[in-house]
Amino acid sequence: MPHKLLLAACLLLAACGQPAHDQTADLDKPYPPTQGGTLVDAMSGEPSGLIAMLAGESAASAIAANLFNSLLKYDKNLELEGELAKSWEVSRDQKTLTFHLKPGMKWSDGKPLTSDDVLFTWKLVTDDNTRTPYGADYKLVIRAEAPDPLTFRVTYAQPYAPALDSWAGLHILPRHLLEGQDINTTPFARHPIGSNYYQLDEWKNGERISLKRNPNATQGQPRIDRLVSRFIPDPASQFLELMADNIDTMGLSPIQYARIFPARPELTRKIAQYKELGNAYTYLGFNLKHKPWDDRRVRLAINYAIDKQELIDGVLLGLGEPIASPYKPGTRWSNPDLKPYPYDPARARQLLKEAGFEDHDGDGILDRDGKPLSFEILTNQNKQREMSATLIQRRLKEIGIDVRIRVLEWASFIGRFIKTGDFDVVVLGWSLGQEPDQFNIWHSSQQDPGKFNFIGYSNPKVDRLLEQGRLELNPDKRMKIYHAFSKQLYEDSPIVYLYAGYGLPAIHKRVKGIDNPAPPAGIGHNAYEWYIPEPLRRTEIAEK
Amino acid sequence: MIQYLAKRLFWMVPLLIGISLISFLILHLAPGDITTTEAGFNPKASEESRQKLRKLYHLDEPLMVQYGLWLKRMATLDFGESFAGHQRPVLWEKKDEKGNVTKGMIQEALPITLLINVISLILTMLLAIPLGMIAARKHHQWQDRAITVFNFVGFSIPGFWLSLLLMYWLGVVYNIFPISGIHSINYQSFSTWDKIYDTTRHLFLPIVIPSLTGLAGITLFVKNGMLDVLHQDYITTARAKGLAEDVVIRRHALRNALLPLITIMGLSIPGLIGGSVIAETLFAIPGMGKLFYDAVMMRDFPVIMGILTIGAALTLIGNLLADIAYAWADPRVRRGVVR
Repeated sequence: MPHKLLLAACLLLAACGQPAHDQTADLDKPYPPTQGGTLVDAMSGEPSGLIAMLAGESAASAIAANLFNSLLKYDKNLELEGELAKSWEVSRDQKTLTFHLKPGMKWSDGKPLTSDDVLFTWKLVTDDNTRTPYGADYKLVIRAEAPDPLTFRVTYAQPYAPALDSWAGLHILPRHLLEGQDINTTPFARHPIGSNYYQLDEWKNGERISLKRNPNATQGQPRIDRLVSRFIPDPASQFLELMADNIDTMGLSPIQYARIFPARPELTRKIAQYKELGNAYTYLGFNLKHKPWDDRRVRLAINYAIDKQELIDGVLLGLGEPIASPYKPGTRWSNPDLKPYPYDPARARQLLKEAGFEDHDGDGILDRDGKPLSFEILTNQNKQREMSATLIQRRLKEIGIDVRIRVLEWASFIGRFIKTGDFDVVVLGWSLGQEPDQFNIWHSSQQDPGKFNFIGYSNPKVDRLLEQGRLELNPDKRMKIYHAFSKQLYEDSPIVYLYAGYGLPAIHKRVKGIDNPAPPAGIGHNAYEWYIPEPLRRTEIAEK
Repeated sequence: MIQYLAKRLFWMVPLLIGISLISFLILHLAPGDITTTEAGFNPKASEESRQKLRKLYHLDEPLMVQYGLWLKRMATLDFGESFAGHQRPVLWEKKDEKGNVTKGMIQEALPITLLINVISLILTMLLAIPLGMIAARKHHQWQDRAITVFNFVGFSIPGFWLSLLLMYWLGVVYNIFPISGIHSINYQSFSTWDKIYDTTRHLFLPIVIPSLTGLAGITLFVKNGMLDVLHQDYITTARAKGLAEDVVIRRHALRNALLPLITIMGLSIPGLIGGSVIAETLFAIPGMGKLFYDAVMMRDFPVIMGILTIGAALTLIGNLLADIAYAWADPRVRRGVVR
């Protein structure tokens, strides 16, 4: 898709013409919280269904999160707290988790929500006929029981610390509506009954999903009555809709945030811009099974030769942060002692020289044993990654490394190159998860085709730390383990952390009650407390 | 004639099977399948679960077995269910024992694409035929040049750029037309007339823009056809026997000049069901182009094969219809066919 062109066209458009609407009500005045109103947002994709364990798309989880609850959730500082569970206990041997449910909870159809439903959901997600890719964590449970309606207990063969995170990620489904049905094809996926703040009002295929307030919500009542998510695949169209005041919120691109908004006072007058730490980071990864990447000095040299701030300024227009560990800065898992490798080309040259790379034949490219230091960076069709690769190419050329860039469609990239290990260097991203366990990415046992340690990283010390981290459920002890893990990773430098970009939500100023600056969990963490004062509501949307 | 038709229809079957086989093979040559695109890069999704999914979708079978399974279902006109998410039927709605209806993906996407393309095609024809006629009659005069320039500009402007420009001017600045989507949010509460008005407003730009950009080709076709015909002897004869110029043009020239258009119409039948990915993405229209593009990106094989098969069948039928229409319109061809 010609998104770059679209963006350019959008910029061009933004340069000429005036705004259409004049807001009469004062948007900046403080208003007391009220109930009611409709919030319209835009999504680029449509969910295939609203049972999150089956649907792969982010659109599905985003909408399902408003309909369903999990046992646990993350608070604004990304610490675990109870959602359906009032409290939970870890047994002395750390193998058994007991969840105590809040009393008197109901589904939106009025039927009681009990530990029976939790047990039923666990059975569903571990059933071999359920077409979910997410069953692995739950299959580790050797016994699950619901001794009384408010207690749910799971036992693992050995302590498994990521279990708590897994129970924060499993939407509990109603047994009374799903029992005896084929979960893969059930119409429930398109007519869900949940327990969270909202319930499904209307789903117009290809157009929008409307949610309305759930009077039986288990977590209290939200202030906004209706949420409408419109499916608008193109970001330029979304932006036009935002300008025309047809949607209230969208995620901005760095160009929209840092170039278009400041140049258009009529936009900044009615729309507020926010910044939150994104959920992913971009990295440059080496295939450690190939030469010369097995040599730590060469990896470090490349790390020193890349100017991360230049990438952030050039690719993200300054809207991102350098990182030094695979965790969100500011959360407990991120090791505060680690600082990103500085840009130091002299040091890079020296390290390469130590590793035997010098320009022996005088062609401007370093070589060792007659072979030039030359490689290909692979990445997928993602503008930011392509631009990063280009900037890296230039910086590496300066110290005498020849870099080529190859951009591929996602499925081919994964199927043809990552799975087969047929690559030298990649630019890719990983998420900055709330759960510190990254066993699947870094443990040496996870190198088979289709597994996630495709760069072939193997360090016995890291293996041991990752294994320990899985066995330790005490958060403070766990923190020490993962700080040690990050430090080792930092020293080995199997990947170069490039940057973690910001999420850039724009929200119409009619929406009040937003926490700014955003806590680690992001701007949306208290969306149920947002409100739209009556004088600022859209008139054309009839309230149902 | 009947015999000829039966023969043509009969030969379509092996042709269709051949097309579907080639499509199927090419599709599977591309690396990756639904399990690499859907949660394929989420460390929480284990390789074991993905293997399980591959088995459930028969993606672990040899290619010819997979094709055989697909062909077996197709023999009963069962297009199957989408791999992605919740297994929606590809072609037509299905009812479960409780009476819940799940609409088919093509069933929902096709009408909207068909509506836009048919109106757009009619609009193009309505504009192109008079323009082509004028250009031919005033060949090398200023009218001809003006039309050529207009067509040239329309042909050269990238559709997505014109779309964004008009979306901005007419949608944001002057607020005359909605920007994207096909219905307003409060559509449900409208009266019937308001609903029609609302849909028309939403579809105005998506229909008009492709008509403008598609105008050039058809106008040129009509113009060249007209120029050809105007130099024929029978036109000279018609003029010589004293017919009014108007009658010469309408009765003798135009009818003959429009014959090639039948071919174009026939060829555009399969195009009618394939929407434009870019236009549908820009205007947020849930049509066939977007459906197909997303299915390819997701490697959603049943959906891709469903759309390709219908497209192939319509292409063959379109060709047949064009031939029949030719025979009907042109006695010379008709005699050739019957003999």
